[in-house]
Amino acid sequence: MEIFDLTIHELHQKLQAKELSSVEATRAMLARIEAVDSRVNAYITVTPEQALAEAEAADRRIAAGDVAPLTGIPVGLKDIFVTKGIRTTCGSRILSNFIPPYDGTAVARLKAQGAVIVGKLNQDEFAMGSSNESSYFGAVKNPWNLECTPGGSSGGSAAAIAARTATATLGTDTGGSIRQPASHCGCVGLKPTYGRVSRYGVIAYASSLDQVGPLTRDVTDAATLLGAVAGFDTFDSTSVDTPVPDYLAALGAGVKEVKIGLPKQYYIEGLDPDVKRAMDEAIALYRSLGAEIREVSLPHTEYAVATYYLIATAEASANLARYDGVRFGHRSETARGLAQMYARSRAEGFGPEVKRRIMLGTYALSSGYYDAYYLKAQKVRTLIQQDFLNAFKEVDVLLTPIAPTPPFKIGEKLADPLQMYLSDIFTIPVNLAGTCAMSIPAGFSAAGLPIGLQLIGKPFDEQAILTAAYSFERETKWHLKKAPL
Amino acid sequence: MKITRVEVEHVARLARLELSETELDTFTEQMDSILSYVEKLNALDTDGIVPTSHAVPMENAFRPDQPVESLGIEGALANAPLRAESFFRVPKVIE
Repeated sequence: MEIFDLTIHELHQKLQAKELSSVEATRAMLARIEAVDSRVNAYITVTPEQALAEAEAADRRIAAGDVAPLTGIPVGLKDIFVTKGIRTTCGSRILSNFIPPYDGTAVARLKAQGAVIVGKLNQDEFAMGSSNESSYFGAVKNPWNLECTPGGSSGGSAAAIAARTATATLGTDTGGSIRQPASHCGCVGLKPTYGRVSRYGVIAYASSLDQVGPLTRDVTDAATLLGAVAGFDTFDSTSVDTPVPDYLAALGAGVKEVKIGLPKQYYIEGLDPDVKRAMDEAIALYRSLGAEIREVSLPHTEYAVATYYLIATAEASANLARYDGVRFGHRSETARGLAQMYARSRAEGFGPEVKRRIMLGTYALSSGYYDAYYLKAQKVRTLIQQDFLNAFKEVDVLLTPIAPTPPFKIGEKLADPLQMYLSDIFTIPVNLAGTCAMSIPAGFSAAGLPIGLQLIGKPFDEQAILTAAYSFERETKWHLKKAPL
Repeated sequence: MKITRVEVEHVARLARLELSETELDTFTEQMDSILSYVEKLNALDTDGIVPTSHAVPMENAFRPDQPVESLGIEGALANAPLRAESFFRVPKVIE
C-alpha cells in the first residue's frame, strides 16, 4: 500500500499516530501527480509550493495535538471553486487567467480543518458536459481505460481518485456531474440535498440545481468530507439552516427492514446488459441483508431531460452574462466599440457547448417563448418533484443505475449533443427534485470498466443513503479495486 | 422547423455572442433538434400546476445589515483586462 492509495481515515490515523507527516504524504501525492497525470490530464493547475506550506502548517497543528479529520490530507478541487491567489479557470478560456481574490465557503472550511490543497481539477467548461471533453484544457482520460471518458462534468475530480492523485476531491453536481463520473471511475460520489452545502465561491452554472459534494475512495470518506463542508452560510442565502448531523455515527446501522424502492421507469429495455447484471446483483445483496425491496413509480421520469435542458440553460444564460470582458476574464483585442467587445470577447472565450447552452437558454427566456418553454419546464419540474415525494411516502431510499451504459469512448458522442444529454437520464431527476443521491462502485463491465449504482434519499436524509451505501461496500469490496495505472 | 436561421441570429444578438456563419448553421440544426425533443413536454397537462423555481421552500433570507470587510479597490481591479486609475477601462460607448 502506497501513501497515495490511502483513504482519508487511514491517512488520518497515520498522521495522528505520527507514523507519517503531512509533508511526507503531500510529497508522495505530488510525486504521483508528476508520474501519472500527463496520461490522465486530471489537473489543470498543480500547486506544489502552497501545498507544501499548508502541509508544514498541518504538521505543526498535529504536533500541537490539534487534529481535525482533514488536517494534513492532500485534496484536489474541481476548478469551479474559487481559490484565493490560485488561478481558477472553470475549464474555460474566458477565465484562463483569472486569479480569484477570495476563497469560497467550502474551500475555507477545508482550509480551517488544515486540509492540503494539491491542485485544481479538470472539468467540462463551466460544468457543461457529461464526458469532460468540453474543457478548454483538453479531455480527461479514464484511468481504467485511457481511451474512454471519465464522465463529466467533474471528470478530473473522479479521475484523480481513480488515478490516486488525490486522497479526496470536491466536485459539483447540476445534472449528475458528481455521480456520473464517480460511477465511470469507480469511486464514491455524493450530491447533497440542494441547500446542504454553500454555493458561495462556486462559479455558477444553473443556480437552482448546482450543489457541492465529495468524491472519495470509500463511503466513510464521503461522510467525513460532506460533514466538513455542509451547513448554513450567511454568504449563500439558499443554504439551509438545519443542523449537520454526525454522518459517521450511523454508518454501520445496516439495512435490516429498510425499505428500498426500485423505480420501474429506471429499469428499462435498452439498459446495458452489464449495468443490468450489476443492478440485479445489488438488489439481491440488499435483500439478503434484510432490506425490503419494493417497486415504485416515478411517472414523469421521461420528461426530466427536456425539463432540465430548458431550466439549466435558461439559468446558465443569465449566470454567464457576467463574462463580458469588462471586470475580469478574457477581453478581445480586436474588437471595436463596446458592443463588439462584449460579443467578441464571449465568442473567443467560450467553447461550442457553452455557446450552445447560452443560445438555448436565451431562446427559452426570450419574448414570446418564455411561457412555452421556461414556464412549462418549471411546471413539469413540480410534477417530477412530487413523484419523488410520493415515492418517499412508501420507501426510505431508491436504488437505481447511474448511467444507462458503462463509460463511453472519447469522441463517441461529441457529434450529437442530444445523445450526450440523454446519457444523464437517471441523474437529472434528482437535481430537479432537489434531493440527495450518491454513486457507489457496484462492479465492472465485461470490458473491465467500472459500473456504479445510485442511492437516492429523502431531502436532507444524506444519513440514510450513506448507511445503505456503507452496508453495500462492507459486503462487496468493489471500491478496493485499483485502476491499472 | 422549430427555429430558423434568422431567429438563431436574433438570439445570438440577444446573448451578445458573435457567431461565425458555420456556427450559425450548426446551431440552427442542433437547436432545432433539441427544441423538437423538448416538445414532448406539451404532452403533459400542466394547467393549475404551480411552477417550481427553487427546490427548497424558502422565505426571504435576512441578515443584520452590518458592514464587513470588502475586497477594496486593488482587489476588485486585480483581474481587470484594462484599468485607468481606480476604474475599469472600456472602449468608447458612443462613437
